Amino acid sequence: MNQDKLIDLVNITKSYGDNIILDDLNLYIRENEFITLLGPSGCGKTTTLRILGGFENPDKGKVIFDGKDITNLPPNKRALNTVFQKYALFSHMTIAENIAFGLKIKKKPKSYIDDKIKYALKLVNLEGYGNRSPESLSGGQQQRIAIARAIVNEPKVLLLDEPLGALDLKLRQDMQYELIRLKNELGITFIYVTHDQEEALTMSDTIVVMNQGYIQQIGTPEKIYNEPENSFVADFIGESNILSAIMIKDKLVEILGARFACVDTGFGINQPVDVVIRPEDIDLVKPEEGTIEGVVTGLIFKGVHYEMDVMANGHEWLVHSTDMFAVGTKVGIHIDPFDIQIMHKPESEDEEAVSFNE
Amino acid sequence: MNKTFLKKYLISGPYLFWMIAFTIIPICLVIYYGLTDKSGTFTLQNLMSITTPEHFKALWLSLLLSLASTIICLLLAYPLAMILKGLSVNKNSFIVFIFILPMWMNFLLRTLAWQTILEKNGVLNTLLEILHLPSLNIINTPYAIIFGMVYNFLPFMVLPIYNVLIKIDDNVIHAAKDLGANSVQTFFKIIFPLSIPGVISGITMVFIPSLTTFVISNLLGGGKIYLIGNIIEQEFTTAYNWHLGSGLSMVLMVFILLNMILTFKFDKGGGGAVL
Amino acid sequence: MIKKSLRNIYLALIFILLYAPIGTLMVLSFNASKSRAKWGGFTFKWYIELFQNQAIMESLYLTLLLAFLSAFIATIIGTAACIGINRMKKGPQSIIMGITNIPLLNAEIVTGISFMLMFIAFNISLGFNTVLIGHISFNIPYVILSVMPKVKQTGKSSYEAALDLGATPIYAFWKVILPDILPGILSGFLLSFTMSLDDFIITYFTKGRGINTLSTKIYSEVKKGIKPEMYALSTLLFLSVLILLILVNRLPKAKEKINNK
Repeated sequence: MNQDKLIDLVNITKSYGDNIILDDLNLYIRENEFITLLGPSGCGKTTTLRILGGFENPDKGKVIFDGKDITNLPPNKRALNTVFQKYALFSHMTIAENIAFGLKIKKKPKSYIDDKIKYALKLVNLEGYGNRSPESLSGGQQQRIAIARAIVNEPKVLLLDEPLGALDLKLRQDMQYELIRLKNELGITFIYVTHDQEEALTMSDTIVVMNQGYIQQIGTPEKIYNEPENSFVADFIGESNILSAIMIKDKLVEILGARFACVDTGFGINQPVDVVIRPEDIDLVKPEEGTIEGVVTGLIFKGVHYEMDVMANGHEWLVHSTDMFAVGTKVGIHIDPFDIQIMHKPESEDEEAVSFNE
Repeated sequence: MNKTFLKKYLISGPYLFWMIAFTIIPICLVIYYGLTDKSGTFTLQNLMSITTPEHFKALWLSLLLSLASTIICLLLAYPLAMILKGLSVNKNSFIVFIFILPMWMNFLLRTLAWQTILEKNGVLNTLLEILHLPSLNIINTPYAIIFGMVYNFLPFMVLPIYNVLIKIDDNVIHAAKDLGANSVQTFFKIIFPLSIPGVISGITMVFIPSLTTFVISNLLGGGKIYLIGNIIEQEFTTAYNWHLGSGLSMVLMVFILLNMILTFKFDKGGGGAVL
Repeated sequence: MIKKSLRNIYLALIFILLYAPIGTLMVLSFNASKSRAKWGGFTFKWYIELFQNQAIMESLYLTLLLAFLSAFIATIIGTAACIGINRMKKGPQSIIMGITNIPLLNAEIVTGISFMLMFIAFNISLGFNTVLIGHISFNIPYVILSVMPKVKQTGKSSYEAALDLGATPIYAFWKVILPDILPGILSGFLLSFTMSLDDFIITYFTKGRGINTLSTKIYSEVKKGIKPEMYALSTLLFLSVLILLILVNRLPKAKEKINNK
């Protein structure tokens, strides 16, 4: 495990004035990994990326790259390249000149540069665009050029700062597949920053959920979605019902006065906990068949499924189901034991921080 | 030709009238006078009089001095604009202090004040003497005129460059560094090329008033140095030869026109305009 | 650190270059000697004599009146023009904006003599009115430059929203468009006022005999020697604007402080 650590961020702290952006952050990134830093704005994800790129210096801590300390190395000396949020193309140069920029700085021979431009344009599906000016391209095309401009330098790591943020939905989805394909073809590490959980879940090998300068959870998309470690992660990733509960004993939890079987152990006896239940994991059954009883109070058709609000035991449950239950219907709520995710209550205020703006 | 068509021309009507009456007609009159003699017949003599030694010398000197002052302004203004971009000061208060506030002290008086500072026993030489440095005698020389031009027109160079520089996205500069460029390369390959529209409009804003001034040369040149502006002014105010004066003005207008074309070519978006 | 101090030294030098003559004039206004070259001791005499000097007070009045009237009229014509031009099609719009730029890019001496020629050609006797017309003409482009970006920014949607909510076009203009573009109008007015105040060349060619603004009065005195009362007057003008600016900058901050408490 230790050998394929490519980047190691050690005890990184950064603040602007009184505002602490990153507080003692530790994170390592493996070679050939698609890792996503995910969180609401102000969580420190962009600052982390800028420290990696060399545009910010941490107040404390070290950045180790390939075994060497690069904390104080300026950006132009780092073997990483960045794709910026609003493309940051050089508007006074053609597309080809943009792509050639880094190679010309490194004084590569002309034939090599020409080959690279051709290769890069082909890679991003924009062959023949070399002589155009950046302004003549659409947002999505400009984004591809920004990527091409970065990868011709053969960086070991590509940093992407919300690169799809300015694109519309359809284009964004297309570009997600494009990025996965690119990553696989290039075989390099992608470090991706976004506040869009769907983007993160689709593309990443590993997701790092951040909030208020702290890492909340690191894991695969499946793990982050199915087993959120705290209520922030559960709330930020997808929709969910987050409730206070009491762990009666191993494999038994009391939610809103009703006892549910679950699969978690090791939380102790009669301990207060948080539980997460995804709306699609709640089964609506006949009133007498459910663990608790409730009434449907809201119903919206969402295309793939219906979204329903169910009032039960004084709580409004969010339920997704392909079956429709009209408003006013009495229903029972049933939840399979493995669909109940138990989480520790946050220990400090820092960790809590469920409030976010996006 | 409906109501809204009428309305938009009606509301801008006073200006359209004003523009024709007080911008276009006067310029046409200069051209008319420049191309006729006192009896009203067509002639190129007024234009050709620029080739007389006296007039040509004045034009040549004007070109030299205005070129020098434009270059000095550019060299002074660019670093200043770069510094101000990095300072994160309040943009408005900077413009006011560099541009608006000094104007409340009359510009003739301000220029005259340089006489007091620069003259033989003036403030500057007294200071130099205290520091045991050689004295500087530039008053009533072309150098004093260049100095006066730089002093008066420097803000017109700083503002357009500054306005263009602050519009450059920081990420563009970061991208250049990210791709391996050091600070010097970033400046010459990215920042400077992107700021050219501002530089061009700065050059126009300094070169034209310098080329055509008659006040600065009068005040700091000791009344002995004649620029093309001085000659035109005299044709109108003392010699009363408006035809000749208009003809010489038309020669100036050629330079102005060249400048305008240059500006429009580089500054399509109007980004580097005065304010 | 070195970079920072170099930067500060450079800023200080530029500041000295821009403000040295202003400082010099202030000092001269307290100079008991009439000569600019000699320091004859400290005096307030010129400040007292200033207010007894009929000619200077008259040209001050004329200068301020001219600045106010020309800025005011130019602001109205210019603002109306912006609203109209903004609704025109691209072609006429760019032609008009091109012509608007002419007085800005043209040499002042050419503008000055072109006015003079026109007034004489149409038999309009030179005097206050011709100077006023001259000042309005060179002020309008400054107003348009300040107001146009704001008009473009405001766009149609908020105006249309107001109409949609039942406002008459005139009401919508006063309540929706005007407040939006007001900062541009104000800065256009102030810029015009300052430009007119500082103008010499246009005034010089359009004024004729008999009337003098401060600028032309100073110019006529250059050969015989500037009256020290002029220095006193300029110092007063400059200081009052400086104080005004400081107050304007402080007021919003002071208000904020009170509100925060």
